[in-house]
Amino acid sequence: MAEARPFQLEARGVSVVLGGVRALDGLDLVLEPGLRTVVLGPNGAGKSVLLRTLHGLIAPAAGTVSWSRPVRQAMVFQRPVMLRRSALANLRYALAVNGVAEPERTSRATAALARVGLERIADRPARVLSGGEQQRLALARAWALRPEILFLDEPTASLDPGATAEVERVIASIAAEGTRIVMTTHNLGQARRLADEIVFIHAGRAAERTAADRFFDQPASNEARLFLQGELPWK
Amino acid sequence: MFEIFASLGVALQLIGGADPELWSIVLLSLKLSLASAVAGAAIGLPLGALIAVGTFPGRRALIVILNALLGLPSVVVGLVVYLLLSRAGPLGEFGILFTPAAIIVAQTVLVVPIVAALARQAAEDAWGEYREQLTSLGVSRLRAVPTILWDTRFSLLTVVMAGFGRAASEVGAVMVVGGNIDGVTRVMTTAIALETSKGDLPLALGLGVVLIAVVLAINAGAFGIREWSARHHG
Repeated sequence: MAEARPFQLEARGVSVVLGGVRALDGLDLVLEPGLRTVVLGPNGAGKSVLLRTLHGLIAPAAGTVSWSRPVRQAMVFQRPVMLRRSALANLRYALAVNGVAEPERTSRATAALARVGLERIADRPARVLSGGEQQRLALARAWALRPEILFLDEPTASLDPGATAEVERVIASIAAEGTRIVMTTHNLGQARRLADEIVFIHAGRAAERTAADRFFDQPASNEARLFLQGELPWK
Repeated sequence: MFEIFASLGVALQLIGGADPELWSIVLLSLKLSLASAVAGAAIGLPLGALIAVGTFPGRRALIVILNALLGLPSVVVGLVVYLLLSRAGPLGEFGILFTPAAIIVAQTVLVVPIVAALARQAAEDAWGEYREQLTSLGVSRLRAVPTILWDTRFSLLTVVMAGFGRAASEVGAVMVVGGNIDGVTRVMTTAIALETSKGDLPLALGLGVVLIAVVLAINAGAFGIREWSARHHG
């Protein structure tokens, strides 16, 4: 589905100031294709801001975010925002905005709904669906755009365990098709299940970057070790 | 006191007996107010959404002016429209002064600020919720305007109703530019003013009852639609 053509995303010395607070402080990060990266870190470390900055929603106050070539990207937010129309129409809207013409628009939207197991509710108004269904719909909407990289900001933070498992299953299968995954989570079990590598953010910088199987047993940085112990590193 | 009840009784007879004079005035009023509400919505809704979503120089000034226009004395609007439409005025060649068209123009001028200001509020709330998601999907600000108008359609219905209410209850501007000509530009409000001053209270009261009933029915309808939409669309 996603193109195999490699690309590189490079953040150099990225600082972001939001409401007078320095959310990112000279962060360096290079992302290459093919991996599932989970960004961990304490509350307020800048995980969500990092994803938004990489995705282009926030302009850095200093530093650069550069792509080696134009890359189709999509983002799934903690709280999905659905338009006041049917589930199918929400997908068709996203495709229309991105220049996908009929009849491909409808066929791609329908396929995306089936992909996340929501074909039964295609004609239901999107905003009255359950939280889990809305998040799967958000994943379908992102997937329909055939992104080469998909950002997910705590996609299961407001979901119950059943819905969380469903969403994780969809994320894993999207990744299996070759879409680069970059996500944040507070759920360490989820990070273990989904991550190939962990980027640990502390005080607006990438404190460490470690393969997932090593990170949970032998984190390289002291901050990450304290974080995993459930300590508060800033105390 | 007895006078009021007697008049009210006659008024209700006029309404129930399908008095042709009363109903032709009511019909004209509704037609002109509906036309003004539609025209005002066509201008005011996109304007309000553009101001809510857009970033352009003078945006703040525009918001202040728009809010100030909410309190516009309608007689002054009538006067300005009168000057524009009068024979010697810049729009005099159309010759629409003292016609129903002039009333529509004046009422539209009064409706636009209300619709635009209320639509801006609704659109700004929606934009706050949608901005990141729409930007992520690649939606430009300009493209977001129709999206947001459509997504706030149920709230905007109430906004357009408010515009209709303003048009229907308007007296001063309508009197000045319409001239309150019997059978041509005499609407409910100007008829009430005239009949009251003539002492024909039953007709004035009858029109008043109809006017209130119309405004009530429209607001009840808008309320019902909002309730329904909240249940079915979230």
